[in-house]
Amino acid sequence: MSGGLLDVAGVGRHFGGVHALSDVSLRVTEGEVHALIGPNGAGKTTLIHQISGAQTPDAGTIRFAGEDVTRLSMHTRVTRGIARSWQVTNVFARFSALDNVALAVQGRRRDWGGSFRFWVPADAERAIVDEAAAWLAEVGLAGREAAIAGSLAHGEQRQLELALALATKPRLLLLDEPMAGMGPEESERVVGLIEHLGRKVTLLLVEHDMDAVFRLADRVSVLVGGRLIFTGLPDEVRAHPEVKKAYLGEELV
Amino acid sequence: MAASEKSALYRQSARRRALAVVALLVLAALPPLLQALGQDFYVSFAARILIFALAATSLNFIVGFGGMVAFGHAAFFGAGAYAVAILAERGVVSAFVAWPAAAALAGLLSLAVGAVSLRTRGVYFIMITLAFAQMIYYLFVSLQAWGGDDGLPLMARSSFGPLDLGDDAAFYWVALACLAGALFLLDRVAHARFGRVLQAIRENESRMEALGYPVAAYKLACFVIGGTLAGLAGALIANHGLLASPNLLHWTQSGTLLVMVIVGGVGALYGGFAGALTLLLLEEILAGFTVHWHMALGLLLLVVVFRAPRGVAAWLHGLFSRRGAK
Ligand SMILES: Nc1ncnc2c1ncn2[C@@H]1O[C@H](COP(=O)(O)OP(=O)(O)OP(=O)(O)O)[C@@H](O)[C@H]1O
Ligand SMILES: [Mg+2]
Repeated sequence: MSGGLLDVAGVGRHFGGVHALSDVSLRVTEGEVHALIGPNGAGKTTLIHQISGAQTPDAGTIRFAGEDVTRLSMHTRVTRGIARSWQVTNVFARFSALDNVALAVQGRRRDWGGSFRFWVPADAERAIVDEAAAWLAEVGLAGREAAIAGSLAHGEQRQLELALALATKPRLLLLDEPMAGMGPEESERVVGLIEHLGRKVTLLLVEHDMDAVFRLADRVSVLVGGRLIFTGLPDEVRAHPEVKKAYLGEELV
Repeated sequence: MAASEKSALYRQSARRRALAVVALLVLAALPPLLQALGQDFYVSFAARILIFALAATSLNFIVGFGGMVAFGHAAFFGAGAYAVAILAERGVVSAFVAWPAAAALAGLLSLAVGAVSLRTRGVYFIMITLAFAQMIYYLFVSLQAWGGDDGLPLMARSSFGPLDLGDDAAFYWVALACLAGALFLLDRVAHARFGRVLQAIRENESRMEALGYPVAAYKLACFVIGGTLAGLAGALIANHGLLASPNLLHWTQSGTLLVMVIVGGVGALYGGFAGALTLLLLEEILAGFTVHWHMALGLLLLVVVFRAPRGVAAWLHGLFSRRGAK
């Protein structure tokens, strides 16, 4: 196997005295659904921050599609094809769902100087509006176009967040606990959606719900105390003694 | 409930456009009206309000629309004024050359100031824009060739094709055209892709980065648009008083413009206009009653801010739409 789509090599990140990540190496290959699991405070979100560019690591390199992106800004990485969602919903709360996604679609446009376009009303740009509506439909929010993002149900906001990330047309999508805070019914719907997405785009998925992980993931990596202790097939992870001890605990014994 | 169910993105409304056209016609009819009433002096005063309205509007684009609390707008306003006076001294008296040059100079200055200042945010941004503006102030004041403390006088108003700007009514109309043009331009910009981006950055900056937007570049462009328009306002104010005064560059001028924006309505298209109108009218009226008008003005501004916390423009808008709803 040649280089993966994403190659994280020896990445470290500390906050004062807290070593959130130590010498983490991880490869995500094109097309796979790669789950990242680990107990609370293991450093999962911190790793997502380093890959997305929200933070820059203290040590190590991050390569995406062969290019060293370690020092690139977040917005540049997005144009390279890395998109993310947040553990805590992060949308434009006072804009309508459609306006939210239209911004994501517009951000990808390079025609007419991209978003340095000063004269034509954005509402008149049907191509953008129509595409935004299509993304909403894709994540199951058809009919909710005019709803204000902040007043959507929690689960719907999570779906909107997915639509925002998808509309940047990423090659790699980083999902940080997309089911966080959802009821069982909503979770089920989003699991179905991620299953569907996993066939189109490479996914790095942080998730606590083991049923979802074993259903969705091609491979699983385990992060404990800032160290990546194991990467393997879901069945191997289930069986791995160190993983059982460190993370899965009594739950699966 | 209905209001909160609308997207906070700025959108055109036919009603507001119609109101704007009516307002423009009324304002255009003002000089002959005042002259018929024998109040010629107030034509010049009204022009002054329009010029400050333009300056405050340009600041409001940066503060209210771009979400950047800048405390150095006087630098761009004053630079525009000095550009016109310096050019006039060298014989360049055509408005069609001098005014665009004034705007361009202010635009370049704001590009330089913005490129450095936008590396900071919050209180630091306020302080650094203030520091830059004061540096520019001292630069102009220290140069005797540009009049030092006394400022640089103009022999006459700029030449403007067949129009004689020495005539107060003609000058008023030109100032009105500049203000209306700027408002129309900013309204278009607000609705275009660029304006969408600015509003979204104000709403959630990190999310915009994560959608692939180079946020800093958009903020800088916004800052430069505001600075450029302030330069045009400066060109007008130098013509109005026939003087490029260091007072125009002073930090208190930046403060006055900010007060106009806050009183008028942060982020409202007509906020700068409403603020300049309120402040200058109050000042004029109070100065006629008492020498302690500064104190009285301060008290009245407090009342305004409490009565209309979202600004005079929003307050008027609320008044009109309540009427309209009945
Ligand atoms: N900005 C920060 N400043 C200080 N410490 C931080 C910061 N971000 C993360 N940490 C610390 O780094 C460690 C890893 O945190 P992180 O949020 O990455 O964990 P996580 O695996 O995502 O946990 P969870 O499952 O609860 O989301 C924690 O000890 C956390 O307190
Ligand atoms: Mg986390």
